[in-house]
Amino acid sequence: MAHSQALPMRDDVPEPPPLIPVDTENDVRAKLSASWKENSGFYGWLTSTNHKSIAKRYVVTAIIFLILGGIEAAMMRAQLSRPENRFIGPDLYNQIFTMHGSTMMFLFAVPVMEAVGLYLVPLMIGTRNVAFPRLNALGYWMYLGGGVLLYAAFFMNTGPDAGWFSYVPLAGPQYSPGKRVDIWAQMITFTEIAALIGAVEIVTTVFKLRAPGMSLNRIPLFVWAQVITSFMIIFALPAIVVSSTMLATDRLIDTHFFNPAEGGDALLWQHLFWFFGHPEVYIIFLPALGMVSSVVETFTQRRIFGYPAMLLSMVSTAFLGFGLWVHHMFATPLPQLGQSFFTAASSAISIPSGVQIFCWIATIWSGRPRFTTSFMFVIGFFLLFIIGGLTGVMIASVPYDLQVHDTFFIVAHFHYVLIGGAVFPLWAGFYLWFPKLTGRILSERLGKWNFWLFFIGMNVTFFPMHVLGLMGMPRRIYTYPPEMGWGSLNMLSSIGAVLIATSALVFVINVLRSLRGGSPAGDNPWNAPTLEWATSSPPPGYNFLFIPVVEGRDPLWDAPHDELSVVTGLRTDRHEGLVTSIMDAIPEHRYEFKKETILPLLLAVFGGGTIVIAIFTPWGVTIGAILSFVILAAWFWPTISPDHDTPVVWREP
Amino acid sequence: MTASRSRVHHVTRRCAVRLAPLALVACTGFQSALDPKGPRAEAVARLHWTLTAIATVVYVVVIGVLLFALWRAHTRTPVAEEHAYHENPDHAAVMKRGVIIGAVATTVILATFLVVSVSTGSTVAKVGGDKPLRIDVVGHQWWWEVTYRDPIPQNEVKTANEIHVPVGRAVLIKMSSSDVIHSFWAPNLSGKKDLIPGHETITWFRADAAGVYRGQCAEFCGHQHAQMAFFVVAESRLDFEHWLDQQRGEAKRPADSLQQAGERVFLSGPCAMCHTIAGTGAGGNIGPDLTHLASRRTIAAGTLPLTTGNLAGWILDPQTIKPGVKMPPTQIDPQSLQALLAYLGSLK
Amino acid sequence: MKLRPQIVLFVVIALTLVACKREQRRFRETPPAATASNAILMSTLQPGPAVVETGMRNPYEDNAYAVSEGKRLFDQMNCSGCHSHGGGGIGPPLTDDEWIYGSDPQNIFSTIVEGRPNGMPAFRGKIPNYQVWQLVGYVRALGGLQGKAIRTTRDDHMMFKESEQARDKGHPSPTFVPPTSVKQ
Repeated sequence: MAHSQALPMRDDVPEPPPLIPVDTENDVRAKLSASWKENSGFYGWLTSTNHKSIAKRYVVTAIIFLILGGIEAAMMRAQLSRPENRFIGPDLYNQIFTMHGSTMMFLFAVPVMEAVGLYLVPLMIGTRNVAFPRLNALGYWMYLGGGVLLYAAFFMNTGPDAGWFSYVPLAGPQYSPGKRVDIWAQMITFTEIAALIGAVEIVTTVFKLRAPGMSLNRIPLFVWAQVITSFMIIFALPAIVVSSTMLATDRLIDTHFFNPAEGGDALLWQHLFWFFGHPEVYIIFLPALGMVSSVVETFTQRRIFGYPAMLLSMVSTAFLGFGLWVHHMFATPLPQLGQSFFTAASSAISIPSGVQIFCWIATIWSGRPRFTTSFMFVIGFFLLFIIGGLTGVMIASVPYDLQVHDTFFIVAHFHYVLIGGAVFPLWAGFYLWFPKLTGRILSERLGKWNFWLFFIGMNVTFFPMHVLGLMGMPRRIYTYPPEMGWGSLNMLSSIGAVLIATSALVFVINVLRSLRGGSPAGDNPWNAPTLEWATSSPPPGYNFLFIPVVEGRDPLWDAPHDELSVVTGLRTDRHEGLVTSIMDAIPEHRYEFKKETILPLLLAVFGGGTIVIAIFTPWGVTIGAILSFVILAAWFWPTISPDHDTPVVWREP
Repeated sequence: MTASRSRVHHVTRRCAVRLAPLALVACTGFQSALDPKGPRAEAVARLHWTLTAIATVVYVVVIGVLLFALWRAHTRTPVAEEHAYHENPDHAAVMKRGVIIGAVATTVILATFLVVSVSTGSTVAKVGGDKPLRIDVVGHQWWWEVTYRDPIPQNEVKTANEIHVPVGRAVLIKMSSSDVIHSFWAPNLSGKKDLIPGHETITWFRADAAGVYRGQCAEFCGHQHAQMAFFVVAESRLDFEHWLDQQRGEAKRPADSLQQAGERVFLSGPCAMCHTIAGTGAGGNIGPDLTHLASRRTIAAGTLPLTTGNLAGWILDPQTIKPGVKMPPTQIDPQSLQALLAYLGSLK
Repeated sequence: MKLRPQIVLFVVIALTLVACKREQRRFRETPPAATASNAILMSTLQPGPAVVETGMRNPYEDNAYAVSEGKRLFDQMNCSGCHSHGGGGIGPPLTDDEWIYGSDPQNIFSTIVEGRPNGMPAFRGKIPNYQVWQLVGYVRALGGLQGKAIRTTRDDHMMFKESEQARDKGHPSPTFVPPTSVKQ
């Protein structure tokens, strides 16, 4: 492990080969600005490979999908507000709830968490870009392609209607005619490519591009959360890659993976889907925990208590997250002993969550909390997520789950977990990092309105659903008879949805107002400890004038005399960064980040075109593969400059 | 023969009189997990209250500690400058102890939970009673086919969307699906079990109190998942035997000319393509068996109470009542409709 | 590069129309279509390409849901009893290019409603018109006469033949085949 004393500068190295003459700070700034300047205009927008512009786009796109998903939710609440309502018929209702689930899971929650990571991780670990900038751009375009495909199809009355889980045989060829479910399966293909790209980016960036001195035990918890999440993505997504492909081939070329009469099995789908689907929940939830750590640390002005415990908790959550999938299938024929195993695993996962909650409470206890909007969203997270966690333990029990499985109780449970456990931290993060993204601070007054409306609306909407589930109301029904006695609670729930919508409106107004005339933020408005606050707001294209050197777990708080040591001597005429070792972040190589290019967009167009056209004809695969190959050949065309990857001479301190 | 028929008739009438009010209250909260009427649902309801109590205590304690931490941190005097960002070493020991106590408490509570859950699980898994009544249920989009097996083939009873069971006797249900996955769930009696094509699943329940309990499909199964309900009618053993007796055998012959005309309409029109009425030429097996239609409470899988008016509306325009249902609308002239309704109404 | 907005709009509208038609789920039919076909549609008894022009068109041509409903009815109404999943048995095969009584939608409609000599029963009055049209849509899919995106694919039971989707595009043969020479 690394030591905390100052790391030697280049000057200490005996006889360094002089690559470039020494510049003044202003020279460096001018040169970096020139070399990191990207194409301007619309074309520049299409070719950008800067992690910040891509991540910002990602976040904005994800929020647009959040709003679309929210509109779908509002339509469902309108339909269910009264018994025997005739606002939406079953055909449209089934499409809407499928769209809502698919949008929120695949187009909002996972991408937005990765997007925040793609923006912040390079800043937090002190580097200039993500490891593979062009791949990163490809990831965004694929994600966008998946979203556009889904919504274009929806507006053409081809929205998937078999649920976001697409259980076969209902989603299979016989019971879902037309192209609706094919659209769903291929949308999955798009988003899984995007998610895997994001995961690979984050793992590589964090492991190889950290600022010198940021040994593993000094990585901020948010970055750790992103790394652990990325590993979960890498292990969980192959299951959905396989299953969605099997579904598509069953539907398009008559394979029989899920046809029991020809040796397939309908339950195989459920196993594969939930082997991905359950880790998916933690893929959404873990980055949110990282955000909570950042917010708590910043607004209590206290270092998070129990860093090793927090870290191990996250790692064990990630491991256990893969051992729970069967609790979605307790109503299927399974041996009792096997079910008990999954009960045990499902309840065990609340131990690491508990440890983290206790560590945060301890941090708050010892700190000096400032009740900013961001911090209030974190308190909201505690109040809501613990309810979701406790009902989660209840439904881990097999006999209990058999009563509430597929009822509104489950709907209530996972909205408490996902809104309480992921959206509230995300909003806390927005209020924390918005100044860094834009240079402006969000209004606290509107922020409080945003929080209270959301918090109250969330409880009014979802708490009654617990009761409705126990009163026998199943999920995914578009209507119910008045005699069931579910009407008043459903009406209450729909009123809560209005509050949430109002809160969303307040948030949008707050963002727009602040963008135009918010108070300027400065570099570090909250006196936060991590490296992203060491540069200007918004950060320049090259992130840091000099790569910082890290001397503690909270670099800005631990820096002696409030001054960061820096690395000098990197070339400024090209996109150069520093590759460091995995464990101790000792400099190893210089590294050139690839510059902006149109290739990722072209590959996304041809690769994405392949995926879409394959829905209609197998020729799509052949033609698309050839075109994609041409783009990939250009992409990988060797361009080695003479001094590429010159080793950095480095002496152990 | 006449004696037995009149007895059946008498019993039917008695049942009808007795069950008419039940049909009215049938829907008022008769689908609740918290109003258990059998051992399985009861065990789970008990589990529910236990777990809710534990969860409430845990919630109150954790949030109490959080609020205390906020209050304390908010009100106490600022700490010395040298510990600005790091916890005071004295505090660190307290905090460590606090977190360890919390983690240990969590683990202990979860271990208790596991024991309670698994023991409840094995209780409800054991069929409660000897010689259970065996019923086959097949799920269709969007109705339930119910068969009471009998060693003597002609004693086999087929009905739809309504399961009669004797009070106090365990019922073992063998389930399969003819199309997509459905889930059998009557919350007052027991938790759910999926009906999966290619798999045969089994569930059981016992009704300990007479009554009519509503159940509903709980696995999304397409357009009319919302209106795929059924009723479990728990009645005394005697009433159940009478009911079973009455359900056996062929349909009643039309008693008057109007009913005869109705039978002709049924057999000559599209109805007979999909529905069976035992003892007539109608042998379709696509829709529910209508041999004893008039003895049921509801039509369209619990969507409408069975009245002449509702039946007429259902025959003429099912797609407005239950959009997407496989029953096509039928256009017939008023006289034929009256005759058809009279005939169907006679199929006790 | 400048996209003409009119062209974009046109493409979008065209796609919308195509998809709408293909993906629509029409549940509630207006009464005429829902009527069981009682109208007397006399055909000359002479079989062959000279068929009656009924003046009707299939409201479900190019609709995937209707074709799949037709497939369901084809099984449930026991069409397979004679036509054996379209492969032919007692009745002629429906997956080849020979159409004794014509392959146009209205020809098939008449065949189902009127019946044909040598065994094809008349379903007049037994099936509502719109379901007959759904059957027509499916029978044409069997013969490869519907677009690939419309045709049904494999079903969830034993495969007796390749799926409708896998069949090549049909080229209905105009040759006259007298009913007596139908393979038994």
